[in-house]
Amino acid sequence: MIATLRRPAGALCLTYILVLTVIAVLAPILLPDVAMQQAGDLRITNAPPSSSHPLGTDTLGRDVLDRLLVGTRVTLVGLVIAVSCALAIGVPLGLLAGYTRGVVDRVVGWIADLAFAMPTIIIIFVVLTIFPHNMVAAMITLGLLLSPTLIRVVRSATLVVREELYIDAAKAAGLSAPYILSRHVLPRILGPIIVQASLVCGVALIVQTALAFLELVVPNPQPSWGGMIADGLRVLQTNAWLVIPPGLTVTVTILVFGLLGDVIRDTSSAAWSPAPQLMPKQRGDLGAPAQSTEETAGSALLSVRSLAVTLPRDGVPVRVLHDVSFSLDEGEVVALVGESGCGKTMTARSIVGLLPSGGELTHGAVVYRGRDLAALSRKERHALRGKAIAWVSQEPMVSLTPVFRVGWQIAEGVRRHQGTSRTEAWRRAVDLLGEVGLPDPEAVARRYPHELSGGMAQRVSIARALAGDPDVLIADEPTTALDVTLQAEILALLRRLQEQRGMALLLVTHDWGVVADIADRVVVMYAGEVVERADVDDIFESPCHPYTRGLIASDPHHDPDAERLPFIGGVVPRPEDWPAGCHFSDRCDFSIAACTDRAVPLLHLTDHREARCIRTDIFEEAPA
Amino acid sequence: MGSPIGIIVTRLLGAIPLLLAVTALTFVLIALAPGDVAQAILGPDATPAAYDQLREQLGLNLPLHEQYWGWLTGVLHGDVGTSLYNGESVSHAIAQRLPVTLSLMVGALIVSLVVGVALGMASAVRRGAFGRAIDMFALIGFAVPSFWLGAQLIVLFAVQLGWFPATGYVPLGVDSGEWARSLALPVAALAFGGIAAIAKQSRDAFLDALAQPFVSVALANGVSIGSILFRHVLKVASLRITTILGLQALTLLGGTVVVENVFSLPGLGTLAANATSRGDVPMIQGIVLYYAFMVVAVNLLVDIVYAWLNPRVRAA
Ligand code: SF4
Repeated sequence: MIATLRRPAGALCLTYILVLTVIAVLAPILLPDVAMQQAGDLRITNAPPSSSHPLGTDTLGRDVLDRLLVGTRVTLVGLVIAVSCALAIGVPLGLLAGYTRGVVDRVVGWIADLAFAMPTIIIIFVVLTIFPHNMVAAMITLGLLLSPTLIRVVRSATLVVREELYIDAAKAAGLSAPYILSRHVLPRILGPIIVQASLVCGVALIVQTALAFLELVVPNPQPSWGGMIADGLRVLQTNAWLVIPPGLTVTVTILVFGLLGDVIRDTSSAAWSPAPQLMPKQRGDLGAPAQSTEETAGSALLSVRSLAVTLPRDGVPVRVLHDVSFSLDEGEVVALVGESGCGKTMTARSIVGLLPSGGELTHGAVVYRGRDLAALSRKERHALRGKAIAWVSQEPMVSLTPVFRVGWQIAEGVRRHQGTSRTEAWRRAVDLLGEVGLPDPEAVARRYPHELSGGMAQRVSIARALAGDPDVLIADEPTTALDVTLQAEILALLRRLQEQRGMALLLVTHDWGVVADIADRVVVMYAGEVVERADVDDIFESPCHPYTRGLIASDPHHDPDAERLPFIGGVVPRPEDWPAGCHFSDRCDFSIAACTDRAVPLLHLTDHREARCIRTDIFEEAPA
Repeated sequence: MGSPIGIIVTRLLGAIPLLLAVTALTFVLIALAPGDVAQAILGPDATPAAYDQLREQLGLNLPLHEQYWGWLTGVLHGDVGTSLYNGESVSHAIAQRLPVTLSLMVGALIVSLVVGVALGMASAVRRGAFGRAIDMFALIGFAVPSFWLGAQLIVLFAVQLGWFPATGYVPLGVDSGEWARSLALPVAALAFGGIAAIAKQSRDAFLDALAQPFVSVALANGVSIGSILFRHVLKVASLRITTILGLQALTLLGGTVVVENVFSLPGLGTLAANATSRGDVPMIQGIVLYYAFMVVAVNLLVDIVYAWLNPRVRAA
């Protein structure tokens, strides 16, 4: 509540409600004649606002402002009745259902469902048929019918609090359930209760004014906001002003309750976050020139040149990749290796131009067949996705759209990339499913993603990536989510497809077993940088960088989830905490003063071998 | 029970307790009332003999559960009772007015759905200030009472511009153009709140769908932006939108009662308000039954559409 008051909007809302309450209490006392006034000064009916009648007069010459003020009481009384009734029923039942669960929970849930499905306004009509003009009865009924929303909110909040340890401790200490509920649970769930209660206030206000508008609850001539709108409606054709003051009052009051609920919710939970970025802006869209041709020239199919990427953290761009370079030749398999958090997935995402929201490629180039992809327009670049470079993700079960048949999803890619007819595309999709080794591809094509096992889903994802007949396939940890036997099968499949199709494969992995099985060349990354590049045989025989050495020695192959490496103390530092000089210096056993002096460049050692370390010479005599 | 028929049957069986509970509750409430229907008909000056005779005639001397059973068997035989006010058959009176209420509700629902979902999607894709504007719009849509908005629409579009009639209803069978014109303002007044609520909730549904991994994988493999938004994301979000729509339909059903009264439409809502102010018990009992049926029908439709959209439910 204190936090709510500190927000200007919250303070404004609470002040408004306070003023309204004062008016509701005082107005009928200070203006005792207004409630029973049948008619005012009949010479000045329908008068516009003036100094003696600030809001004008109504059809019977009565002062509109007076009636509005006096009518506040009946409106607020109705609201208070409905809300207290909803709270009195909703909170205890919700607490009970959430705390005891089991049978009580089911019974309460069933009753709440039933009440939820009742036609609210008509049930209130029934009550008013039997108790004519009885607002108390009507608003109690409304409170009853609104209580299920509170029951649900309180129940789910209680379920959460119940799981917390200190409730167990209170139970173990022998405290009674009512004591625990009122002393420990209730204070914790006040936030959601107040949010829901302010919503109930808004709804109750709508219903109260609607009933008054229909002249079912407040007998004439007693003023009420809803009744005044009804009075105005009767003379709408000649006097459009009369509905304005009561209508605006009702609207603003409901708005205040709604706003108050929003403010309380915002202060007690995280605010709304912006949408994920569907397609980040491309340098080509901004009209920036491509990198110099000299830099982009080269024979490789795909090359990444001194890439730098920033991501926003608390609004400030933080560099997460720095000077990342490597290349991929036609038909070659390159493994991008490192611990989690080293930037390997970010590198792969930069290649396809799909950085997380706010991510920006600040330097460098991604060159495919001599064209800098980062300098293309969004449209040009999107046209290359799937056709030039395709993507297989690490979570096969969620990488397919759950509501479409998998055959349709593959056929969609075929149609897009090869422009074939629907039937032809479906036939191609079935062929592709056969090509990825699925038995009975016809039947699989007609399945939905949830009808596939993890291994099947990954084969389907691969088939979909092949729909554009890509030159490069990027597989981001394609086997991590699968169990060991499936891992070997998917790996064998990737190798077979890569060989048969002569496609280049960029494999992102942390698993040295996978590297040894499939890769031609290896790129090791650490803390946003490439630390070593070598042919696969060389890297296992004689790793040059202390980090690579540690990685291979600890061999996380046998423990794929290993976050910490037994041979290297500590964890990958977050981008904000990168040490000066060599990023690995704080975990390196060979660190000397020179290592932290200045940034360490990638040093050329021999043919096809580079390492970002100034002390590679120490390993030359001692192979790993 | 996975087939559409199975879903319909399960739902209809599940609806029976609701229908019984609503109608039984009505009976209990009426029994609790001070005085009774016979008194209401005869007025305070009736002789005790005439009063007893009428009670017997109306079956009011029977125990409550027998009265309810009598009414229920009547309903099952198609007899919902007779109005105390003018002796009209309740089912006939309702049948005449049902098309008005249904036109209004379905019209408002379609408008809320189309405009609300379009706004929600635009807000999810464009983000920023537009996203916050939707939050404000939702709040305003919740706060402006439909009956007051209706009055403003009458002033602007009927009195000043003369584009639409201020009040009244022309049946579809008489003149379809005039029918649409007579419904335009009521539908707009009713749909405003619906649009705002659906815009905000579908915006949230789209944002959730957009954040799911299948979107980035589809993008990375070159699926067109149009297809990602209007096929993949729209269909995934439509599951939640269906549920939202069901709740909104029930809110709109309640809203018809007030809006019909603003525009003097001869629908169930005006019938219910009149029956209430006249103490016409059999009429209000019949109306309760019809509204309960409509609630059941809306929930059933939601379940069928949901199952049709969601392969998981369909196949389960
Ligand atoms: S540069 Fe120094 S700190 Fe960095 S890896 Fe080499 S020896 Fe270790």
